[in-house]
Amino acid sequence: MNAAVLLFPGLNRETDAMRALQQATGKKPNLVWHADHDLPAGTDLVLVPGGFSYGDYLRCGAIAGRANIMDAVRKHAERGGLVIGICNGFQILCESGLLPGVLMRNRDLRFICKMQNLKVERADTSFTQSYQQGQIIKVCIAHGEGNYVCDDETLKRLEGEGRVAFRYCDDKGVVGGLANPNGSRNDIAGIYSDKLNVLGMMPHPENLIDPLIGGIDGRGLFDSMAQFKSAA
Amino acid sequence: MARTEPQITPDLVAEHGLKPDEYQRILKLIGREPTFTELGIFSAMWNEHCSYKSSRLHLRKLPTKAPWVIQGPGENAGVIDIGDGLACVFKMESHNHPSFIEPYQGAGTGVGGILRDVFTMGARPIACLNLLRFGAPDHPKTRHLVSGVVAGIGGYGNSFGVPTVGGSVNFHTRYDGNILVNAMAVGIAKADSIFYAKATGVGRPIVYLGSKTGRDGIHGATMASASFEANAEEKRPTVQVGDPFSEKLLLEACLEIMAKGCVIAIQDMGAAGLTSSAVEMGAKGNLGIELDLDSVPCREEGMSAYEMMLSESQERMLMVLDPAKEAEAEAVFRKWGLDFAIVGKTTDTLRFVVKHQGEIKADLPIMELGDEAPLYDRPHVKTPAKPVIATGDVKPPMNHAAALVQLIGSPDLCSKRWVWEQYDHLILGNTVQQPGGDAAVVRIGDGPVGLAMCTDVTQRYCEADPVQGGRQAVAEAWRNITAVGALPLALTDNLNFGNPEKPEYMGQFVGCLEGIGDAARALDFPIVSGNVSLYNETQGRGILPTPSIGGVGKIDDVSKAASLSFKAAGEEILLIGETQGWLGQSMYLWQICGREEGAPPPVDLTAERRNGDFVRGLIHAGHVTAVHDLSDGGLAVALAEMAMAGKIGATLSVSGDHGFLFGEDQARYVVTATSAKAGEIESAARAAGVPVTRIGKTGGDTLNLAGEAPISIAELVHAHEDWLPVYMSSSK
Repeated sequence: MNAAVLLFPGLNRETDAMRALQQATGKKPNLVWHADHDLPAGTDLVLVPGGFSYGDYLRCGAIAGRANIMDAVRKHAERGGLVIGICNGFQILCESGLLPGVLMRNRDLRFICKMQNLKVERADTSFTQSYQQGQIIKVCIAHGEGNYVCDDETLKRLEGEGRVAFRYCDDKGVVGGLANPNGSRNDIAGIYSDKLNVLGMMPHPENLIDPLIGGIDGRGLFDSMAQFKSAA
Repeated sequence: MARTEPQITPDLVAEHGLKPDEYQRILKLIGREPTFTELGIFSAMWNEHCSYKSSRLHLRKLPTKAPWVIQGPGENAGVIDIGDGLACVFKMESHNHPSFIEPYQGAGTGVGGILRDVFTMGARPIACLNLLRFGAPDHPKTRHLVSGVVAGIGGYGNSFGVPTVGGSVNFHTRYDGNILVNAMAVGIAKADSIFYAKATGVGRPIVYLGSKTGRDGIHGATMASASFEANAEEKRPTVQVGDPFSEKLLLEACLEIMAKGCVIAIQDMGAAGLTSSAVEMGAKGNLGIELDLDSVPCREEGMSAYEMMLSESQERMLMVLDPAKEAEAEAVFRKWGLDFAIVGKTTDTLRFVVKHQGEIKADLPIMELGDEAPLYDRPHVKTPAKPVIATGDVKPPMNHAAALVQLIGSPDLCSKRWVWEQYDHLILGNTVQQPGGDAAVVRIGDGPVGLAMCTDVTQRYCEADPVQGGRQAVAEAWRNITAVGALPLALTDNLNFGNPEKPEYMGQFVGCLEGIGDAARALDFPIVSGNVSLYNETQGRGILPTPSIGGVGKIDDVSKAASLSFKAAGEEILLIGETQGWLGQSMYLWQICGREEGAPPPVDLTAERRNGDFVRGLIHAGHVTAVHDLSDGGLAVALAEMAMAGKIGATLSVSGDHGFLFGEDQARYVVTATSAKAGEIESAARAAGVPVTRIGKTGGDTLNLAGEAPISIAELVHAHEDWLPVYMSSSK
């Protein structure tokens, strides 16, 4: 499995993501500069990491979503390649049209960094096959604008087509209420594209890959992706 | 378009913060009246913030050397050897006045400045910490300042991409008009590739890097060197505006050109901007500097030489470049979208020459700008000794269980989760121990080596007895690092005091420094970097003397780090160190009895070292399951914190009075161990001459102080966690 990690000015979790990918695949991912027009040949997975692309000075992800490299990423996704955006990466995927909806300021208007439980909605995708359906995983969040919003029609489609990837829950798996840290609609922490080959999520599984550093519940995501091999 | 420059008048000199005798010194030094630009340069170089004119004499007495110290005070940051070819680069710096005037930007640029100090030396930052002091919670500005400062620290550090892993937040009415925002950054570099400010070689290009220069922050360092009057808000235009995005790019670009061998000398533009950085590079290298301001990238048109020399626009660096690598270095900066301009050259004239639009705007002797800065031996008086308060003279106003619940939910002792959850403390994936423990533990790369770090000072002790307070601040940092199992290596100090022209405040400074020196020597814990912030007073009232200590230690294997949470039921609880029941200046006396009185607990540095070395040994041997140092609130508060963190209760078998439970005797720790190990620990302690007492056992879901009603952990957590969020969300 060949992974490419995109680098936009201002992103800052690229080394965390590369570490998690390398742990799962045994291979160092390629780092791809935003101004490039092409992905490295043979790329199976594109990961858009977290951070503050262009300082988030415009709407989060808005500038990065229009960068040169995103045309190549869209083509990659159309061919069925895997794309995952984490945190700012999720915002960038929304802004580039790869995923519907938008991430707004957190309900309490504050940046929040803490451990967070998620419920894995389905375990039959290329991103979650190493988890069990309904499994509760403990990862972390670190964002100021993670409040997922979309129109009613889109929400109906996402729910109806099984495209909600993760939901915020408490340690017993009870979804919503105070366990929702940012006010996201339907407690959504991550969503899939219609073909289930693009995933955007606010939490950071890449920081939970080590028993010494908070736990290993994030590994399942990377182990799942490591098993992916594009048809092409 | 040249504008007419103002005439140099006594009023103009005074506006530049220069005293008449200091102006006479300038006249004597250059033999003529300075130009307007030169006056600005002198005011920037000779203010308290940049010249250390009141403090230099006393700072020289501090111990700064050890075999593992690579660079002590005097550079952008201190550097210590941590083995495996690696060095740790760290420093703490204040941004007090800007943060009071404009809390979000003031605190944010404080973080930005300290990060630049660290990566200027070639280190990649791996952690930030801070120490914050706010006014009384009921002061009308406090809530606004807490909210802005915390958001500002988070806004900068989170975007830059470094975890903020620790800190300290206290409240006291003496900070009502002058809060403290001290930011610390820690980075890692290769021990053989540290970069310094010292320029070498004549005729080499001086390169300006980073963001453009604007009219912000002009006279920021002068503002920071004066006391506040009631009109502090009018100084808002002197506060700089931070851009963490540019700083992140600057970090990546600087580290890239350093790795390519392009850099001969580098200095960040911090306080006093272009002036201070250029003079420092030249003076350290015994070289002259010539600047041509026509090449300086400016944010706005028509900036004068005076404005460019004094701007404190952020995210800028000055560098002496290897001429052979100019194109290579420029390409890196262009890739990152940053300015790169050759703005001058090194010379052999020892003059600091500034040209603008064909005119010479300044021509000054470069060495004397720094060396001949005023140096004062300010009069100082010793703080009168306070009486020792006997436990019997303190009548408990309530039962001990109620006092504990009240203490654990008091502004200084309550959980600061509301604060540190706004800081990304997990980025980079190496945070082994996050905020809330004795010291943060951060793994270096893939381990197993890690660093322990903390910030500490107990300002009410420093106010009551500066010497003991200075000792205690260092001892507590040393103890906190020890309590996680690390070996304390070196510290950075951020000395926040009132007006040094007042003998009682100068006396606090001198006393605290004496104490810091004593403790640093006794504990082999040298000072490698620091910052002095004087004139912290508003309308004539000084802050509590607050010499913040930022400590760093090394742990060989982070998987062996100790933490404070109780781990299992049925374990023995042991108290290490001697307990007299010292209530003077304790949190109990202040928060429960409403008395800020008495002498603070004395610090026995021999006991401190002996007990600490013993505890560290227990951790390394794997004999203990939890470790916590005893500080504010004494034994009872420490036990409550351990119980809350582990969600396991405890029962004390030893009964004691309020002195026993809440006294703040120093050099103490609580540890837990299995019953089998407890005996071994006791005999080892006897052999080492360390006092140890079995005081109870872990278990259950209540904390049972002998002779008191049980306190449920849920009740403790409720009191501990609720105070700050409730306070911050209430409207008044």
